[in-house]
Amino acid sequence: MKRLALLLALCGPAYAVSDPAEMLPNPALEARAEALGRQLRCLVCQNESIEDSNADLARDLRRIVRQQIATGETDAATEAWVVARYGDFVRLRPPFNALTALLWASPVLAVLAGLGAAWRGRRRPEPATALTADEQARLETLTRP
Amino acid sequence: MDRRRALLLAPFGLAAAAGVGAYAILGRMGTGDFDPHEVPSQLIGRPVPGFALPAQEPGQGFSNTELHGPVLLNFFASWCVPCVVEHPELMALSRGGLAIWGVAYKDKPADAAQFLARRGNPFTRVARDADGLVAIDFGLYGVPESYLIDRAGIIRWRNPGPLTPSIVDQRLRPALRALT
Repeated sequence: MKRLALLLALCGPAYAVSDPAEMLPNPALEARAEALGRQLRCLVCQNESIEDSNADLARDLRRIVRQQIATGETDAATEAWVVARYGDFVRLRPPFNALTALLWASPVLAVLAGLGAAWRGRRRPEPATALTADEQARLETLTRP
Repeated sequence: MDRRRALLLAPFGLAAAAGVGAYAILGRMGTGDFDPHEVPSQLIGRPVPGFALPAQEPGQGFSNTELHGPVLLNFFASWCVPCVVEHPELMALSRGGLAIWGVAYKDKPADAAQFLARRGNPFTRVARDADGLVAIDFGLYGVPESYLIDRAGIIRWRNPGPLTPSIVDQRLRPALRALT
């Protein structure tokens, strides 16, 4: 049981910010900086946030984010500072604008396309038509007692 | 029946088209014409960000106000392998009369000096960005990176990654011609 507790304690997410010297002394500010950094893409690895990445550039950006937060900048202003230099791509959660409208609308469009396909492909009962003279004659021979 | 056959063949047609597309992309990646990781610069059409960098010996430090184009600003480092690959292109461009100003990015002064002594110095001036913070103002995300700056100090073109012969011919030269 003790072992399990220890194991669980060690199972926390592994962030690159393992160096205590990088962290802000104020836990509330550090939490803000971390939350913000987790939304910013490391452009070296591209699929990691700057909080997760070990790249040099990510460390520089972590430091800049913390400096700005510590000097009283808002989260929005700090993010805007980074976006001004690296563009919207640096945001791991893309903003909604003309370029990304299709991206954000794609789930709705996919459901609509599926519903449309289901509507078009649904089974329709065959319309009843009268038997032709040949069919009528054949039916009569088959059903003659 | 024909419709059924068309439906059966459609996946093969799609797979063939995807294969041709992937082959074309890999080919362009091989020649350096296409980089899927490339992030467009936010500074195109905007003035050079303000900075003042100390000298990298041999060389002379400079600030943004001294950059009057047309000039190619090149961030490099002695520890950077693609910079070695790119170096002959810079030398050729410099011999061809293009002004190239260099910034040694996060490099030890002695290492950068040795790099230039061994491979030749294509730079009119060489400054040093020891902590890489000026580079971040440029939106740099790797070395080498080159920025083409016009007479008015506006950034007109940026290449993230090494300059290759095909990038020089197909992108840099047209961008240079567009300056005049």
